[in-house]
Amino acid sequence: MNLLWPVLIAVAFVCAACTGKTAELSAAVVASGADTMAFLLRLAGVLCIWGGLAAVAEKSGLAALCGRALSPLLRLVFPRLKDEKARAAIALNVSANFLGLGNAATPLGIAAMKRLRELGGESAVASDEMVRFVVMNSAAVHLVPATVALLRGEAGSPAPTATLLPALIVSLLALTAGLALCAVGERVSAWKR
Amino acid sequence: METVAAFFLPSVVVLIIGYGVVKKCRVFDVFLEGAKGGFRTALNVAPSLLALLLAVDMLRASGAIDLVSRLLAPAASFLGLPPETVPLTLLSPLSGSGSVGVLKTILEQNGPDSFVGLCASVMGGSTETTFYAVTVYYGAIGVKKTRHTLPCAVCADWVSFLLSPRFVTWLLRRQ
Repeated sequence: MNLLWPVLIAVAFVCAACTGKTAELSAAVVASGADTMAFLLRLAGVLCIWGGLAAVAEKSGLAALCGRALSPLLRLVFPRLKDEKARAAIALNVSANFLGLGNAATPLGIAAMKRLRELGGESAVASDEMVRFVVMNSAAVHLVPATVALLRGEAGSPAPTATLLPALIVSLLALTAGLALCAVGERVSAWKR
Repeated sequence: METVAAFFLPSVVVLIIGYGVVKKCRVFDVFLEGAKGGFRTALNVAPSLLALLLAVDMLRASGAIDLVSRLLAPAASFLGLPPETVPLTLLSPLSGSGSVGVLKTILEQNGPDSFVGLCASVMGGSTETTFYAVTVYYGAIGVKKTRHTLPCAVCADWVSFLLSPRFVTWLLRRQ
């Protein structure tokens, strides 16, 4: 990000200078911070509520139950992760994602990341499991793509959920590709060391 | 379908709390204990998210997204992507609200069930805001070195983008 971030900002600046959109750019600079803080406040509310529900699910054993139900899948993606708590947290996040509960998935995923960090001895470097987990979360494997269906319906489609199956297949293939690349990345870092 | 979806979220809440009650948890106390961390997590995420969204907002306002999309249109056609979907491929890894806006525009301008509209829908339904996910997940736990996360996640996004038109053709029989 130390490389990418300045490049993005420089591109925006040069582009605005060339196209004469400097007024829009300065408006964006002013508004961005305030907009993001407003968003963060909403996010904090969602995080609190789902953090609370996640705690209940963990205490009652529902999370562990979920973890056992998904354990064949988890064994495939995280073959070296044996910790019961981390697997349960990941299972909750995967279920929420799969059911299209995006707002719920993030706090549940953060709980999983916290557990992974404890396992990694509080290091500031991402572990193999963390990388796999974040890559898995950046591929949207949804059973119900609620947002897309909503937008399609609003645009007047008679079949708002028509793209459900292709999107599911494409995202599963993308997930497979992402995880395969993770395996390559792990080999490369092992080789560097 | 819509009513089923609308019933879904409350059902999950009831299931979680109900199971806790059946298992004789002190559900309210446990909930409060878990909810406590939410604000701290949001605070941990704040700096990196402010930085990321500043760059995204500047890119959108400066017209850079539109300009790069126009430059990339020939390359997109070569890869089998409809040129109209290029802004979506540029923006959707960066910003969730931004990509929703772009998808809405594409659907309205081309029709939701045209080839372009279907491709854009599949792209939107099969990718997540990668940079946002990386920022939030690592920001929340204070991990700085993300190693091969970004390259792997961005490649996965592009697998989705490139496969979307193929699967629209195969499964929905549109050209």
